[in-house]
Amino acid sequence: MNLRKNVATSESGFIFNPSTGDSFSANPIAAEILIQLKQGVSPSEIKKTVLNKYEVDSSQLERDWDDFLLQLRDANLLDT
Amino acid sequence: MSDELKPLVVAVTGLNAIDSPGPGVAVIRALRDGFPQNIRIIGLSYETLEPGIYLHDVVDKTYQIPYPAAGVEALISRLKYIHEKENIAVIIPNFDAELYNFIKLAPSLRTLGIETYLPTLEQFDARDKINLYNFGKKYDLLVPKDKVIYQVNELHACAEELGYPLVVKGKFYDAIIAYTLEQAQKAFYKLSAKWGFPIIVQQFITGTEINIAVLGDGKGNAVSVVPMRKLYITDKGKAWAGITLEDDTLIELARTFVKSTNWKGGCELEIMRTADGKPFIMEVNPRFPAWIYLTAAAGQNQPAALVKMALGENIEPYSEYEVGKIFIRYSWDHITDVSEFQKISAFGEL
Repeated sequence: MNLRKNVATSESGFIFNPSTGDSFSANPIAAEILIQLKQGVSPSEIKKTVLNKYEVDSSQLERDWDDFLLQLRDANLLDT
Repeated sequence: MSDELKPLVVAVTGLNAIDSPGPGVAVIRALRDGFPQNIRIIGLSYETLEPGIYLHDVVDKTYQIPYPAAGVEALISRLKYIHEKENIAVIIPNFDAELYNFIKLAPSLRTLGIETYLPTLEQFDARDKINLYNFGKKYDLLVPKDKVIYQVNELHACAEELGYPLVVKGKFYDAIIAYTLEQAQKAFYKLSAKWGFPIIVQQFITGTEINIAVLGDGKGNAVSVVPMRKLYITDKGKAWAGITLEDDTLIELARTFVKSTNWKGGCELEIMRTADGKPFIMEVNPRFPAWIYLTAAAGQNQPAALVKMALGENIEPYSEYEVGKIFIRYSWDHITDVSEFQKISAFGEL
């Protein structure tokens, strides 16, 4: 999965898709993940970081990750 | 006074900056940005309460001109009078309804020393909503299917072909979405009573509303293309806020349109982009849109470029603009005095 190249993200969690004009607000953890995705960090590396940094077990993280991906896809923010 | 000190005089119509605004005030704002020194703006108005008439930091002087229905003779006669006083270099008309007369008069205006930068009558007629479907077919552009009808009993056949809901459109303005034959019949009678015949029955397309401001050089080149997504839409369907987009397919669509038609002057493509990404051209407006100042704010000042081209300057096509630039329209109660209203009402000048 790759974020669309021209999607703009900020540390505050603001996301802007310049192809559609849509903008979104992400919570702090989602914002952190998006910035890493933009930097080209692999999903497995990001998940490792999240597991180390936050109190969450891997099965919960996987469920949340899948849900997050669905939301990104619905918002047209992923490369097809 | 030497020639260098003489101001560039540009006359502009469409000063009705109201809830469904004409483009004039936005065009002037862009011109003042593009020619920050030594420009004189002459407003050409139809109604005495067009707000631009009273905005003296926007318009230097306004003259009333005859309604389009009065014909080309009345218009040229009035323009000659104004030209004698103001020495107009360029006129930018901004209303669909007046364009026919200005296009017809363009050669006469040029002999007077007034330049325009307008499409040909053929280009103007071809993109008319009555001809839009054939226009799309001819140039291989995606447009909704439609039927042009004159009788209410033709609606049934339209519905069989286009399905419900369908859009019933007036000849000049207004559109009503109909979900049943009864609703379509009601819309037919309402719109034909208001705007006359024919009535256009169009396939209903849903999606995201995007407009593209385009400036063509008349030789197939798009000098400027700026796409904007409507962020806030009024009950009249007008954008009250919008944002510039980065989308190569929209830019390419506009370039194809200009190349196919050799469009000359400003225009606005109204696009409906469907969920699967297809950009349908819903309408082609043959003049700058009311949000045209956004093009200047984003780095492609289309009105200023048009004036330069009208005066014979060669303008290289723009390639960059700022994406994510937003306009938000607002209302403002401008205060004036009855003496001003009296002048424009009694003398047709202010």
